[in-house]
Order: sequence, then C-alpha cells, then structure tokens
Amino acid sequence: MNIEKIISEANIHAVMHDPGAARLVIDLNKVMDKNAVPGLEVFPEEHSEGVNVKIILRKDTIVEKPVHLCFGVSHQTAVQKINMDVTIETGAKIDIIAHCIFPDSKDVQHIMDAVIRLGEGARYSYFEKHIHNPMGGIQVYPKARIFVGKSARFKTDFELIRGRVGIIDIDYEIECEDNSSLEMTAKVSGKADDVIKIRETGLLKGRSSRGVLNSRVAVRDFAVAHIYNKLTATAPYARGHVDCKEIIQDNASASAIPIVEVKHPKAHITHEAAIGSVDNKQLETLMARGLTEDQAVELIIDGLLA
Amino acid sequence: MAILELRDLSLTLGGRRILDNLTADFWEGHVHAVVGPNGAGKSTLASTIMGLGGYRDYSGDIIFEGQSLKDLSIDERARLGVTLAWQEPARFEGISVRDFLRATAKDKSEQSVRDVLDAVGMKPDEYLSRAVDKTLSGGERKKIELASILAMRPKFVMLDEPDSGIDVASLQRIFDALAAFKNIGSTVIMITHSLTVLKHAEHAFLMCCGKIVEKGNIDKMQVFFEQNCIPCDHKNRPDVMAR
Repeated sequence: MNIEKIISEANIHAVMHDPGAARLVIDLNKVMDKNAVPGLEVFPEEHSEGVNVKIILRKDTIVEKPVHLCFGVSHQTAVQKINMDVTIETGAKIDIIAHCIFPDSKDVQHIMDAVIRLGEGARYSYFEKHIHNPMGGIQVYPKARIFVGKSARFKTDFELIRGRVGIIDIDYEIECEDNSSLEMTAKVSGKADDVIKIRETGLLKGRSSRGVLNSRVAVRDFAVAHIYNKLTATAPYARGHVDCKEIIQDNASASAIPIVEVKHPKAHITHEAAIGSVDNKQLETLMARGLTEDQAVELIIDGLLA
Repeated sequence: MAILELRDLSLTLGGRRILDNLTADFWEGHVHAVVGPNGAGKSTLASTIMGLGGYRDYSGDIIFEGQSLKDLSIDERARLGVTLAWQEPARFEGISVRDFLRATAKDKSEQSVRDVLDAVGMKPDEYLSRAVDKTLSGGERKKIELASILAMRPKFVMLDEPDSGIDVASLQRIFDALAAFKNIGSTVIMITHSLTVLKHAEHAFLMCCGKIVEKGNIDKMQVFFEQNCIPCDHKNRPDVMAR
C-alpha cells in the first residue's frame, strides 16, 4: 500500500506530525493513522470492503484546527465502502477537510454513505476535495442524510476539478429545523466520457431556516452532467436559493433541474440556472486583452470552479 | 502620422447599413473622440475595429501600423496592441482582481498590478482579492477594466462611453487613466456623447447615421456638436442628416 502517495497528494504532511490536529487516514479498508483531540471521539471499524466510522463531537466542544479525513484507495482495482455516522452535539463546532484520493485507480468504486446530525446551535463545515488520476477509472457514489438542529449551521463544499471524474453520483438530502442554515456547493469539472450526476434536496421545515444549493459544473469532450437541485420550504420565514451554472464545450451535454417548492405563504425561495458555452462577452473581453480563445476559456472555467 | 486608418469602411447588419463608407486617420499618441448621438454607429465602429463577433463582415479596410486587420481575430488584433474597454464591462465569477489583471498584464509582478489599480484610484489592498463579479459596482468594474488595459500597455485603446456608470467623484479617475495612457504612448479613442468627456480629447470625429460628418479640433467640434447635434430632432435619419 502506498500511503505516502496518498498523504503526498492530500498535502497533509504537516498535519500528520501535529498532535493537535485531529485526523483519520484510510487506505481502502485499513485505518493507517488516527489522531483525536479532546471532545472529539472517532471510532473507525474496519470491514472487508471498507471502514465504518463513527464520529462524535461532544457538547460545546470547539475544535480549533480543521479535522482531516483522508479516504484513499491506492489499489488499481477495488471497492471501498465508507459508512459515516456523525453526531455534532449541542453548541459544538468543527471544520472537516476530507481528501478523497485515488492515484492509480483503473476500476475503483468509492461508496460513501453518511448520516450527519447537528445538535442545537452546532456548526459543521465539510470540505470534500477529490483528487483523481487522469485515467478516469473510478466511480464515486457519495450519499448523505443530514439533519440540522435548531440554530445550527451546516456547510459543505464538494470539489472535483483535478483529474478525470469517471462517474460521480452525488445524492444528498438535508432537513433544517428552526433558525438553522444549510449551504451546499458542488464544483465539478468533467471531460472525455465522464458522467456527473448531482442530486441535492433540502427541506427547510424550521421557522426562519435558510438554505442555499450551489452547483458549478464544467464539461467538455463527451462528458455529461445532470444536476437536480430541489429546495422545499414548509415553514414561515424560511428563505432559500438554488443556483446552478454549467459551462459546456465540444460535444458535452448538461441538464439542470432546479426545483423550488414552497408550502407556506410566508416562505420564499428563488432559483437561477444557466447552461451554455462560455459567456461571449467574457470571452471577447479576455481576447481583447490578448489571450487566445483557449487561454480565455480556461481562465473563465477556472473562475467558475474557483 | 496615422497609427490606424479606416479606408472606405462599411458594415451592414440586419439589412441596415450601420457604418457607411468611413475614411479616417487616427494619429499616433493622440487622444481622439468619436462623438455623435445614440445609434450613430460609434460603438459599432469600435466593435468593428476590435473584430468582435458579428462585426467582422465589413467592406473596406482597417489598417493598423500599415497592416490590414481584415483577417485577424480579436486576440491577434489585441496582441498587435489594439484593445477595447466596453461600455458595460463583463463580470467574471470566481476570478479575483489580481488574477484578472495578471492574466493580461505585460508585467505580471505584484507591484505592477498594484500600480495599475492605484492609477485608477482603487486601493490595491481593498480590491486585489475581490472577485470581478456582481459584488463590484458597475463603476468599480469599469475602473478595473481600465486598470487591466493599462496593465497590457496597448498601442491603441478604444474607450466606449468611459463616463457611463461613473459617479462625479470617480470621473476624474477616468481622466487620470486617460493621462496614464498618454504617458505610455497609447493612442486613445473615446466613444462618447458627453461634452465633459469630449473636452479631454485633442481631436474629434462626429458621426451621424453611420457616417463621419465632421472632424476637427475640440473647440470647433464642441461648438458644432452643441449647435447642430444636441438640438437636432432627426437623429440618425440619412434624409435629414445635419450637413
């Protein structure tokens, strides 16, 4: 197993030597490294195809440094199943950076199934960064059910802009109680015959709850993207926005289905979706400064996925 | 000496002749104004010189430093030193002011990027990390666009309505940028129908109905514009064109 390669790709050398930084490093179904901090309990359990991970952040615990979770598969052919059970208790706060790294995959499935519960007033931010190889032999199936308690804040950023996507099929469902908020952003860049599916649904069932679903996708060659974002508000003063932007090039194709559903007269949700090639005015502006068309397109897409 | 020459330049869009047989010389190192009412063809002229999509099927020729621009793309024209500042600058989601300026700057150093922001009256520490997107006002984006053009040190720059969307306090910054262009030897064309802007030029062309109907120094053109164009009820109708 090439754990060094995974650590190097994740760029977490410093974290690996920091006793004050919580971390969990997994290669396929083996826990390679683990470090917890006071108030944060991490219980990994290896099984034949992956690892079950239970995380509990105790009441009012504030984890100062980001917690690094490194889910890698150094093998060329494998199925990795990660089951996550996360509880962030009342008033606790945590920032998690998840590194999902598949440097040599030829036929790898990464299946993530997570249940996340945030207690009252909890704060949870989760940045999931995928680093894939250029070959595309990977299938990623992240699935999460999330419950955001009263006055809690949930924020997640999903990024897959390095290497080939292969197949990705995101499926997140989230429920928000009174005065809570959710913000989910997915940024994915696909090429060749990559397939991108994003399904995010949010239910703003709490009074004055807030929700934003953002998707930023760029596809080229023959890649395909399907985005399905749904935000439902059933409580007074719930506010939400669904925002999807997709840039397509070459023979790629994209679809976006933003659904907003309001079931209370005092709730309000907006949506915005734009699919198309690179904006012509942006392109011409950059070309009028001397960039070639390819350079201009690259800069615009980099910006979209920044 | 002319840096850019228009030779019998005509352009028809949607069956309507927008530029009608224009012939003009733009002198090197000078600040020119192209004035005229809305719809006269001023912005179309700038778009055509820049070679924007939809403005390339023209007859006649545009000569820059002795070379025809006819078969050159936008970026090829830009790399010769020709550029355009739009009346309404584009927004760039996710691209920071720093990256936007660096992308096209001749000198990509941090100091150079800070200097061009300073030149348009923007504090680098306040703006460099911000995105060139809808969080900036139209006036701020306009100044950043000018900064990006300063950074590329063009030979020939066209400013389309440089004062539109600019508050009175910021207007002087636009004129400061104009002076900066002159200092680096750029030839400038300002597309405008503003007398305030016109006064900052050295020479002007008056356009009406796609034609250049008058040209001369600013004093002469200002009087002509005030006496003939502002009171004119027959904007851009060839049959009653003011001449």
